[in-house]
Amino acid sequence: MDDRRRTRPAAHELARYEALFATRTRGMKSSAMREMMALTERPDVISLAGGLPDTSTFAPELYAKLMAQVAANSTARALQYGPTEGMAATVGCIVDVMAAEGTQVDPSEVIVTTGGQQVIDLVCKALIDPDDVIVAEAPTYPGAVPTFGAYQAQVVQIEIDEDGMPIDELEATLDRLQSEGRRPKFIYTIPNFQNPGGVTMSLARRRRLVQVARERELLVLEDNPYGLLRYEGDPLPTLYSLDAKNGSQPSGGSDLVVYLGTFSKILSPGLRLGWAVAPRPVLEKLNLGKQGSDLCSSPVTQMFVAAYFAETGSESEPAQPAWVEYVERLRLLYRRRRDVMLQALEEHFGGRASWTRPQGGLFIWATLDGNVDTTDLLARSEGVAFVPGRAAYMDGRRGSSSMRLNFAGVPDDDIREGIRRIGEIMGGDTGLLGSLMGTQSAQSAETRSPAAATPTAPPDDGTPLADVLELPRREGAEPAHKARRRRDR
Amino acid sequence: MSAAQKVAVLKGGGSLERTVSLRSGARVQQALSRLGYEVIAIDPGQDLVAQLHEAKPDAAFLALHGGDGEDGTVQGLLELIGVPYTGSGPAACMRCTDKALAKYLMREASIPTPDFTAIKESAIRELGVSAALGDIERLLGFPLVVKPANQGSALGVKFARSSDELPGAIVGALSYDRKAVIERYVKGRDLAVSVLDPATELSSASGPPLALPVVEAIPREEEFYNYESRYEIGMTTFVCPAELPEETTARAQQLALETYKLLGCHGVARVDLMMDGETGELSVLETNVGPGLTETSLLPLAADAAGIGFEELVGRILASAFTR
Repeated sequence: MDDRRRTRPAAHELARYEALFATRTRGMKSSAMREMMALTERPDVISLAGGLPDTSTFAPELYAKLMAQVAANSTARALQYGPTEGMAATVGCIVDVMAAEGTQVDPSEVIVTTGGQQVIDLVCKALIDPDDVIVAEAPTYPGAVPTFGAYQAQVVQIEIDEDGMPIDELEATLDRLQSEGRRPKFIYTIPNFQNPGGVTMSLARRRRLVQVARERELLVLEDNPYGLLRYEGDPLPTLYSLDAKNGSQPSGGSDLVVYLGTFSKILSPGLRLGWAVAPRPVLEKLNLGKQGSDLCSSPVTQMFVAAYFAETGSESEPAQPAWVEYVERLRLLYRRRRDVMLQALEEHFGGRASWTRPQGGLFIWATLDGNVDTTDLLARSEGVAFVPGRAAYMDGRRGSSSMRLNFAGVPDDDIREGIRRIGEIMGGDTGLLGSLMGTQSAQSAETRSPAAATPTAPPDDGTPLADVLELPRREGAEPAHKARRRRDR
Repeated sequence: MSAAQKVAVLKGGGSLERTVSLRSGARVQQALSRLGYEVIAIDPGQDLVAQLHEAKPDAAFLALHGGDGEDGTVQGLLELIGVPYTGSGPAACMRCTDKALAKYLMREASIPTPDFTAIKESAIRELGVSAALGDIERLLGFPLVVKPANQGSALGVKFARSSDELPGAIVGALSYDRKAVIERYVKGRDLAVSVLDPATELSSASGPPLALPVVEAIPREEEFYNYESRYEIGMTTFVCPAELPEETTARAQQLALETYKLLGCHGVARVDLMMDGETGELSVLETNVGPGLTETSLLPLAADAAGIGFEELVGRILASAFTR
């Protein structure tokens, strides 16, 4: 034993590191809920939790061909550093994507970023001092929550309704903040198929938001990852284009809207490519911030995108670009999956929850009746995962009876089975609570053994579905996830 | 000289504390390597037994927290296949992991623990517990802490400030376990005493278990809600040795040793206590047989304050595999 090297930590390790950490790390919380989310990342769990598109829809042959093309034509450039603002060819693709959404942009006002997430980070880096105010929607994108926290922002969240952020509420909030001598640095909004709410900001509200921003000289961060993934209804103009119309920029761009876009949902999140379009003074700060963060986004993936956008599709007549065809295929696929999920919700959540019916995007936001905490529900939900609503609120407490469900990332059968499993667990919870409060017979349907339960038609006497109906298991073979482990009981 | 040459570090697993366990395990692996052992890492899953059969380790170091790794399941399995392992045996694991059982045992042995009751899910469904909620209120009063009987994570720990909040809190806690402990809330200081078996192997000394210096967990935000924060990294400041009157320190250590012995722990355990803010009285909340071993965990912190570095700590815990 003596010959073994024995080193002792110099001091109390914890105290030692504590003294070294920046104050802002206090805003970087590890949460028990995230621990639980990590646990659901197993192959036997149907995950309706991630923000995942279905990348299995991209043809492997095309991927191989494009990568070979990049290798054959430009190995040295692909393996080299690139410009911070992004490669010209990639910026050209971005201009095309934005044009497809009816938004004209000047290429010199675009910066290519490492995913859309980096735009949120860079905007905070450029604008936020500790305790500065950001106005966001409630609920908001769960991935923005840790970023705002890390920059020690005070986030004021405004509850959305079916038409997105109510601008009256926004104005009242801005007035209140003004009376406290505080002025937000920016307003963060996801106008299309909001994450996680699934709602879309109406045209009237878009116009008013832009107007309010102009009247009060406030920046708006327009986060638009799914604009092209619309499954019904007419496309609405971006905030960027609405503001640009009245803008004073020589480029014809917007004065006050910083636009965030990404290739993640229309092509691939693995590429880690997004972009910002911003008024030039803001763009310069974003560029400087990006230099400090990562110098440039990957030239390899930027060149992949450029090669892909040069491809012509084979499915349409006259021929369209391959990326346009691919987005169209995604739209059809995701629309079907959305409908499958809506139908499954009707079947398994009916009468005990409400949910949004998104016109596009990836997410449905479901809110359960009564006092069920969806974080607890997730703990109970073996073999299925979703994002508990609390993740979409800065305080980590509100939104406790809601959940975000992704319908885009998994096949139809998994959607049905996942929703069925959640519904089953909900039934158990409601029954238990009812028993405990003495409002319901303890011998409710959920407690009967499955063998005793026979599928019955929904009653017509208005009795809530959950109380009387043992939902039948799916016919035929269980999906691959059957071999699920009991968790932590 | 150690009998063990090849040590399997078990880390991860399927519990809610999986990521903490992975961090504990990684650190233990490094320490064991530095100590000269051949180290293999195993993340318990379907192939746990197969992996152990194949690797044939001389000992298993359990860096698992929560779930099967802490409730006696993995321990029983290791006994079955004949692999010596660190820490407490199956029975002690069961006694500690079931907070209700631990509290009943402490009450019988006159070790102070906050007043409580425990409710099983089946009792709600089949025995009409709803009619006893009034008795809970009468016996324990509000506020109450409701927690899953077997959870070490913050999840499922709820406050109930009034009878309105109690049913929801119970159902919430029951999402994590079939049994919930309902405990009188003690407002005061949050203390932890780790207990380590004597360093038989390293120094050939033997004797009674050693209580390490007291750690105090001070939540950053003084808020009722933040009972949860004691489990959240960065939300709590830890002080070791805790600034306490000498007799309080001695009493806390004595209670920890009594609890350790009562529950039959072996090798190492962490005993969590509360010091009542008004009366200064100490009570034992729970005992953790799989304490964290990360950079920010309480056990390494306390060991360090006692002059026991991390490698020595790991060496001593490993020795517990051979002294059962």
